Amino acid sequence: MRRHQAIKDSFLENRIFLSRTVILFVLILVLISGLVARLIYLQVAGHSRYHGMATNNRIKVTSVPPTRGIIYDKQGRILAENLPSYSLEIIPEQVTDMGDTLQRLQLALAIPEEKIEAFKKHRKRYKHFDSIPLLMQLSNTDVAKFAVLRHTFPGVDIHARLIRHYPYAELTAHVVGYVGRINEQELKILPEAEYRSIHSIGKIGVERAYEDILRGHAGYSEIEINAQGKPINELGKIEPTPGADIYLTVDVDLQKVAYDALAEYNGSVVALDLETGGVLVQVSKASFDPNLFVSGISHADYKTLNSSKNKPLFDRVLRGQYPPGSTLKPFIALAGLEHEITHMHETLFCPGYYQLPNNPHKYRDWKKWGHGKVNLDIAITQSCDVYFYDMSLALGIDKLSGFLHKFGFGKKTGIDLKGEKAGLLPSREWKRINREQAWFPGETLITGIGQGFTQVTPMQLARATATLANQGQVVTPYIAERIIDDNREIAVKHPPAKNIELKPSNVQDIIGAMVHVVHSARGTAKSIAKDIDFKIAGKTGTAQVYTIKQDEEYNEEEISFNMRDHALFIAFAPADDPKIAVAVIAEHGSHGGSIAAPIAAAVIKQYLAQ
Amino acid sequence: MKVEHRAEQFKEHSLIGSLLRKLHIDIPLLIGLLLLLILSFMMLYSTGNKEVALLIRQSARMGIATVLMIVLAHVDPRQFQRFSILLYSIGVILLAAVLLVGDVGKGAQRWLDLGVFRFQPSEMIKITTPMMIAWYLSGHEIPPKWRHILIACVFILIPTLLIVRQPDLGTSLLVASSGVSVLYFAGLSWRFLLTSVFSLAALAPVYWQFFMREYQKDRVLTFLNPEADPMGKGYHIIQSKIAIGSGGVYGKGWQGNTQSQLEFLPESSTDFIFAVFAEEFGLLGCLGLLAVYVFIIARGLYIAVQAQDTYGRLLAGSLVCTFFVYAFVNIGMVIGVLPVVGIPLPLISYGGTSMVTLFAGFGILMSIHTHKNILPG
Repeated sequence: MRRHQAIKDSFLENRIFLSRTVILFVLILVLISGLVARLIYLQVAGHSRYHGMATNNRIKVTSVPPTRGIIYDKQGRILAENLPSYSLEIIPEQVTDMGDTLQRLQLALAIPEEKIEAFKKHRKRYKHFDSIPLLMQLSNTDVAKFAVLRHTFPGVDIHARLIRHYPYAELTAHVVGYVGRINEQELKILPEAEYRSIHSIGKIGVERAYEDILRGHAGYSEIEINAQGKPINELGKIEPTPGADIYLTVDVDLQKVAYDALAEYNGSVVALDLETGGVLVQVSKASFDPNLFVSGISHADYKTLNSSKNKPLFDRVLRGQYPPGSTLKPFIALAGLEHEITHMHETLFCPGYYQLPNNPHKYRDWKKWGHGKVNLDIAITQSCDVYFYDMSLALGIDKLSGFLHKFGFGKKTGIDLKGEKAGLLPSREWKRINREQAWFPGETLITGIGQGFTQVTPMQLARATATLANQGQVVTPYIAERIIDDNREIAVKHPPAKNIELKPSNVQDIIGAMVHVVHSARGTAKSIAKDIDFKIAGKTGTAQVYTIKQDEEYNEEEISFNMRDHALFIAFAPADDPKIAVAVIAEHGSHGGSIAAPIAAAVIKQYLAQ
Repeated sequence: MKVEHRAEQFKEHSLIGSLLRKLHIDIPLLIGLLLLLILSFMMLYSTGNKEVALLIRQSARMGIATVLMIVLAHVDPRQFQRFSILLYSIGVILLAAVLLVGDVGKGAQRWLDLGVFRFQPSEMIKITTPMMIAWYLSGHEIPPKWRHILIACVFILIPTLLIVRQPDLGTSLLVASSGVSVLYFAGLSWRFLLTSVFSLAALAPVYWQFFMREYQKDRVLTFLNPEADPMGKGYHIIQSKIAIGSGGVYGKGWQGNTQSQLEFLPESSTDFIFAVFAEEFGLLGCLGLLAVYVFIIARGLYIAVQAQDTYGRLLAGSLVCTFFVYAFVNIGMVIGVLPVVGIPLPLISYGGTSMVTLFAGFGILMSIHTHKNILPG
């Protein structure tokens, strides 16, 4: 398109443009005069009023912390609550000489040096007119002492705050978790508006996983303050929204039975409700007192906990990874039946060892002289290794690994808590990638008895047991039963149920064999069968902590406690209509049958008695 | 016919002056802009708690903006004219792209992630829309015929509606006003102008009902009655008025602001920086700042009147007009005479995008002023 420059009336155009520009400029001047008039109104006429508002009675909006939601157990017993507590706080803006103030406070109240250091560190994240806690949970004596000296410390005051308290302390430490002071890394990622008045955050367990639900929302209060920053009048307030309360699936009574049953052993007990997948018991021992962390743990306490050989801070249930040992056998047996490698009547002679063709290496059975003639039922009841060596070799690692994967081995259970480990389910591909080696047949053998590379978390083991008890209906464990926000129940989402295709008669045969483990004369866990009027299906296991050389013998008396095998037991009951599944690991307990099985039995008895 | 340079017509003796002319820089405009940048620096030092990183970031943006201005000042205005339709089309396509794939920042989709940096197409369209309208109208009779006015309105409405959808009320307002101002300079009849203003006012309730988001409605309601919700939405305006009013005639002195330093005043370094300025420098300071704005506007309009062809004239006039709308709307909202829309104080507020666009506009102004042809015949 060519332009029509030539025919345009440039004189007319110039005239229009000039007049339009002049008019616009006048309009701009008029509008700007309007702004100036408004400024004069504000800055000259309104000056004294606004000056007064700005200097004498300043309006300040401060954030009011919400009350954190309460955590209850299944029966409504309080697991985490908020208790009033006195804290010593400083408003830096009102302190003329901070160094001197801190020094005198330290002398007057015998404040440990590390609290002073922590205060200096925390100070950076607050505004200089914020009230920053120096010392929390003051004793009545300290409150009284400070009250006398108060006039000598401008800018320092005692405030009542709510502080988190865990009445069951050690018993629920790993499940419920604890709140602690917000640290530098967390500060960077937290939404500032939500945490303006909140000093602590859930660090582990339910406190961490449900932080957003428990926290609530800060409120605001509009306060008139004088020139010194002292509040003189509250003008308005938006109430904070308290956090929602959470009811857990955990039953504290049952939890206590499990905790006490572990007695002197470290380890873990997990029990799942078979109807729902809810976690009834989640014990990780050794444990610790979470109340130590709430207002900042001292260096000494932390060092003690952290360097203890019992590893009390370590959550064994979700992060401990153990060889499953013989507890894996029911699943492998089921794999054999499903893949039609074996059937219940097939027998094999167990001489106490197994050899691969053309290989002198002897794969031992735990029973030195062998079990003699065994079928699958006997192999599970007496935990015959040789039978499983033979069967897993026939099955091959690919089918073995594939079948175990369906039961959740080698992957996270998806429980609604954070930091869960996935365990390890070896496969040809895993070994090629991670070890850059081909898979050897011998490794299939030891995988078949739950040794070798395989590692499971106690939660995984419990979940697989529950899935077996439920005839292949996959159980996803969860811990939050109900969330109550302002008297309204918020729906807790659970993943859709999945099913493993299994032949019902195969499952019945395996369960039958597991019942024999407990309720037959030669069962490895027969000791727990007395005094119960229902049937328990179970399987014992021992997990090697250290490997015995070819020609050595495992002599329990001679080796030190820390080298002893872990004792494992998985079980569900009643066998004909299962309600509860349990997995127990007693570290260095040596014998699944005599150490781990009674712990599981105690939990099951208590639960079914209710 | 050859481009002949003003510097060659009127011998300039000062070395710096001749250098600046070689660079196609307009000295009065440059002085005005530099004054604003210096003030911006002082204000950011005062509001940003003397944070050095913030100042460094802002100077980097100022550097980029200045370079862009100088580069654009070198381009012959006829090139802008030639590429108007292309640049406008690209801008519209990018706006549509933002709606489809853009990043959501603060609840609104405005950004396009280009991998290396994020780009806001609505900024580009603030310049390309007046370019498009100026190009279109300069190809027809002046004053424009009805048909041309209608088509020009369509060109304005397309990007405006796309930006409303983001939603970004402030920017869509700026884009619409930049386009309409071209029509105004082209001699759009007063009757038509007044009719449109009234019919738009009549349409406002419809717009309110069907197009405005909750937060936008809140802002308008808050503007009408800030005391209704002094804790929440009215808080900005009330605190802003306290800051300004307490400044008085002479102000509290540089860095003497109490309202923003005690964090009574939110967004003190971005949209509400004028309140801090008014608190620190008082009425006299405000008059000075307004004088700088008027000076820049006056110089810009002078450049527009002096422009050689219709296109340059219309574009220059519109760019200056947009600059004024920026300043007026921002100051108006901070002193509580206009509702709060997200428009920064031009060249003073912290932030890069609007500054780059404004400097690009001034680069085009300088280009129009410093490239003058000897007309044939």
